[in-house]
Amino acid sequence: MDFFNQDLTSLHADLVAKKISAAELTQATFDNMAKTDAKVDAFLNLNADAALKNAQAIDAKGINADNLLAGIPVGVKDNIVTKGLTTTAASKMLENFVPVYNATVVDKMLANDMVIVGKTNMDEFAMGGSTENSAFKVTKNPWDVSRVPGGSSGGSAVAVASGQVPVAYGSDTGGSIRQPASFNGIVGMKPTYGRVSRWGLIAFGSSLDQIGPMTRTVKDNAAALNLIAGNDVHDGTSSKRAVPDFTAGLTGDIKGMKIALPKEYMGDGIDPKVREVIQNAVKQFEDLGATVEEVSLPHSRYGVSAYYIIASSEASSNLQRFDGIRYGFRAQDVKNLEDVYVRSRSEGFGDEVKRRIMLGTFSLSAGYYDAYFHKAGQVRTMIIDDFNKVFNDYDLIIGPTAPTPAFKIGDEISDPITMYMNDVLTIPVNLAGLPGMSIPAGLADGMPVGLQLIGKSFDESTLYKAGYAFEQATDFHQATPDLGGTN
Amino acid sequence: MAEERINAEQVKHVAELAKLEFTPDQLELFTGQLEKIIGMFEELSTVDTTGVPVTSRVSDRQNALRDDVAVQSNQRQALLANAPETAEGLIRVPTIIDESGDGE
Repeated sequence: MDFFNQDLTSLHADLVAKKISAAELTQATFDNMAKTDAKVDAFLNLNADAALKNAQAIDAKGINADNLLAGIPVGVKDNIVTKGLTTTAASKMLENFVPVYNATVVDKMLANDMVIVGKTNMDEFAMGGSTENSAFKVTKNPWDVSRVPGGSSGGSAVAVASGQVPVAYGSDTGGSIRQPASFNGIVGMKPTYGRVSRWGLIAFGSSLDQIGPMTRTVKDNAAALNLIAGNDVHDGTSSKRAVPDFTAGLTGDIKGMKIALPKEYMGDGIDPKVREVIQNAVKQFEDLGATVEEVSLPHSRYGVSAYYIIASSEASSNLQRFDGIRYGFRAQDVKNLEDVYVRSRSEGFGDEVKRRIMLGTFSLSAGYYDAYFHKAGQVRTMIIDDFNKVFNDYDLIIGPTAPTPAFKIGDEISDPITMYMNDVLTIPVNLAGLPGMSIPAGLADGMPVGLQLIGKSFDESTLYKAGYAFEQATDFHQATPDLGGTN
Repeated sequence: MAEERINAEQVKHVAELAKLEFTPDQLELFTGQLEKIIGMFEELSTVDTTGVPVTSRVSDRQNALRDDVAVQSNQRQALLANAPETAEGLIRVPTIIDESGDGE
């Protein structure tokens, strides 16, 4: 079965009423994946045997009627470690890596009886915006298989958008959940930095990375964030703030909500068709009784440069651990230890990863640190100040998630700067540690366009509330891709 | 800022710091791409950041302390299973001193 006509609420009702067992649901999920994933290549590695066993165990003890996620099949991005299940981060470096522990979010999925059906494709080490940087396969956009799914969480986005799973988890360092959500017409949430434990997320930019859910509806997304949010003793940056029920407050009523529209997010670099979709969304919010006013985020234009310095610097440090010694790829026929390091890294990493390591190493090196890394950290402060000023007067910020709809496979992969500029609207949110969500807002030439909602720190609830009201008033989230099948 | 932002020699030096090596063709490709990307970075020099503090973290935590309680975390065999080469319960690595005799 596919998940185009069911959400978590209806699936849960069927499971509780025993119209379908968790094992039957899991089997039906794999049956559909066998057909559908052959067309889109969202998954790197399936977990069929363990998933079916887990589902049978869940059936044996009974579906918890109070847990919306019990018995639900889920896809997990392949940079989130899963004990005993190969985790590659889509890199040759980790092609045969079998983690000895679960990420905290994975432990929470399993403790709450979710059924992990497989690991999803991504740009290598989450570096990229098209999933073309995977060492193993190119994931296709289900709306047009000649186009990219976005990235880096392209596999998770496509797994949901093609109806293979109702929920998948991704990670977002500069837009890697929101941009593929936008390109695939689904809901993707990057939570506030610290809302979700990063323990077991293979590190890219440690001051930027967050794990978040990708779903077809806002309510499903809120439930999927409920599951993974909260403090974790293993992640010293995870917040101790209380976690609200994100599904509460989904009333559809946003009268009086004060919404800001940054003029920089609607400028020349934005595809006119994307701008039109967002302008229609603005009208929709006004019709719902919110006020929408233009504001300015004057330093957001510097976000891409600041981000690629900071994220690459953090990456160059984080990826030092891949040295060919303790785990991962080791080059053959090496002469000495230095050779192990250099040749293992040079043969094990793909070009985009090498580019980021080089940029980071350069930005941190003697003579350049002040002009690049230090400066980028200062500009980061100014970007945060811009947001703070707007949030003094407004409840949330809206704009496009990405400047364009999904581009063609192969079109941008050889031009790093063009690829980096795709992140211009999502990056400032990571630099500031804020929550950001992309929801379906319409189509441009048949391809989905995402609306980005940006909230105050730890105020995911307002994003869900506004997103839900928009979703209930529109039918964009009900559109599904036609994969050339008969269903 | 300098006219030439980064040249092939510098790229080679940075690659050495990062424990990477490139073929001559790759070196040319990477030098050109890094030159362009670092050129983009230079727009930051137009921003007046006088007196602006650096942000390096956005967590709401200051210190993260916990009780110092011993836990059983011995996973030696499981960890070794991921090592490229092992011997007698240890990770095996090539010789640290080059013995190939080519005089490097």
